[in-house]
Amino acid sequence: MQFLHAIPLDQLLIQTINGIVTGMILALVASGLTLIFGIMDVVNFAHGELFMLGAYVGVIVLAATGDFWIALAAASLVIALLGAAIYLTTLRPLLGRDPLTTILATFGVSLVLQNYALWQFGPVARKIQEPFTGHFTLFYLDYPWYRLVIALLSAAIIGALWLFLKFGTYGIWIRATTQDRVMAQAMGIPVPWVLTVVFAIGAGMAGASGVLFGPLVGVNHAMGLDWILKAFIVVVVGGMGNLAGSIAASIFISLLEAYASLWVSPAQAVIVSFVVLILTLLLRPTGLFVPTPK
Amino acid sequence: MSPIPPAPLLEVDEIHTYYGKSHILDGVSLEVARGEVVGLLGRNGVGKSTTLKAVAGLVHPSRGEVRFEGRQITRSPAHQVARLGIGYVPEDRRIFRLLTVVENLRTGLDRRGVTAAKKKELLERVYEYFPVLAERRGQAGGTLSGGEQQMLAIARAMMLEPKIILLDEPTEGLMPRMVSQIREIIDVLHRDSVAVLLVEQNVPLTLEASQRIYILEKGVVRHHAPAAELQANDAVIHQYMGV
Repeated sequence: MQFLHAIPLDQLLIQTINGIVTGMILALVASGLTLIFGIMDVVNFAHGELFMLGAYVGVIVLAATGDFWIALAAASLVIALLGAAIYLTTLRPLLGRDPLTTILATFGVSLVLQNYALWQFGPVARKIQEPFTGHFTLFYLDYPWYRLVIALLSAAIIGALWLFLKFGTYGIWIRATTQDRVMAQAMGIPVPWVLTVVFAIGAGMAGASGVLFGPLVGVNHAMGLDWILKAFIVVVVGGMGNLAGSIAASIFISLLEAYASLWVSPAQAVIVSFVVLILTLLLRPTGLFVPTPK
Repeated sequence: MSPIPPAPLLEVDEIHTYYGKSHILDGVSLEVARGEVVGLLGRNGVGKSTTLKAVAGLVHPSRGEVRFEGRQITRSPAHQVARLGIGYVPEDRRIFRLLTVVENLRTGLDRRGVTAAKKKELLERVYEYFPVLAERRGQAGGTLSGGEQQMLAIARAMMLEPKIILLDEPTEGLMPRMVSQIREIIDVLHRDSVAVLLVEQNVPLTLEASQRIYILEKGVVRHHAPAAELQANDAVIHQYMGV
């Protein structure tokens, strides 16, 4: 216990808040990814680029309108439409084939989108101005309100998704299609349409998280890479296709990284995620946050 | 032989299907009239389930035609076929295990053009036929017993207000009490003028419940007769079913 005494309580609290904030954004990225995987067994390697392009749409709309919230709404919508277009042109023809083909296809799409962004917007990072610049005092830190707002907004978007899946007719269609695509068709559920909409929803969520996270890091063509890697880790740790598991895993891993950075540099703290990933794959490959399969 | 009514509800015309290189259906033809219960008998692996899947639009025949109310549905996607009024109850029931009983029913109920009053009426009717489903309406489908899942699968198909229900081995693995309940529900459907295409291993039940019987062997219809005729003379059943 000696080493715990070395960490002051205030630092521990600050890192807890940091961990939860990062965890919520990660959860927003990962829930789109896991929703798409759950329903069509497609691992979407272009998800990080949808996140990045969402941030760029945010930059453009913010510059034109000066309103962060319009930018957020526009980015979600534009990226949702882009998602639907990617699905219809690239993935739909490949459904039912070897999963490797969809991995290669989405990887190809991600390269195209990344280089498009580099060509269109250049290598210099753009900035999204946060909607609030206020701070509050957290021990010795000036902590920006905006960070807490991101966490709450992410939670609200995920909550809305959950309510939609739980209670709406379309939510029932999506869950039925996730469980048994063939039987869903036999019940008259328009499965091709459901798959397109789910891909659009997942893409729209990635676009929204790009705008929300933009103010913290700066927007550039490679910003999707870090996030997508982490999102894949939490999707695997949370149990592929399991929404609640991905959210729990996002917060769990972000907290672990935040605490680890008390001892080591943040760059080294990333190692914690990989340790958790490797341990999960070794000991519980179906995911940490799912009931033991019977 | 009883005369076939002039305008059949369902016509399956010389359909062929392949699975890889093996020929599963080698020109199956059959007809079902409105409100008629038709049995499809045959040994395992002769193509009975594939015939039902071809009607439901889940397997698309490479040759031949499926017509429903005179309309060509051979290559229609399954969800459109279902909305025309073809309910499918698969052999392994395929309940949505994580959806509750009500949600399972709603997969067929939440369609355009179904009013709230109509939905209520349809739900109440299946709860009346299957009181156990009313008791378990909030329970996940996967937690039901085999018999209850079979009832849910039939009730779910009934939500489509079907003109025909395709039943694939509905009594398989069920207790005798459940079997007689399935037998009753076939009669109820018949009384409500819903046609049934019944695939079964239980020969006596099929002969009792159906008006006409088709016997399938190696992907073709070998024999076709009114059920009463086969009941009176079981030599044909012996020949094709070995029972």
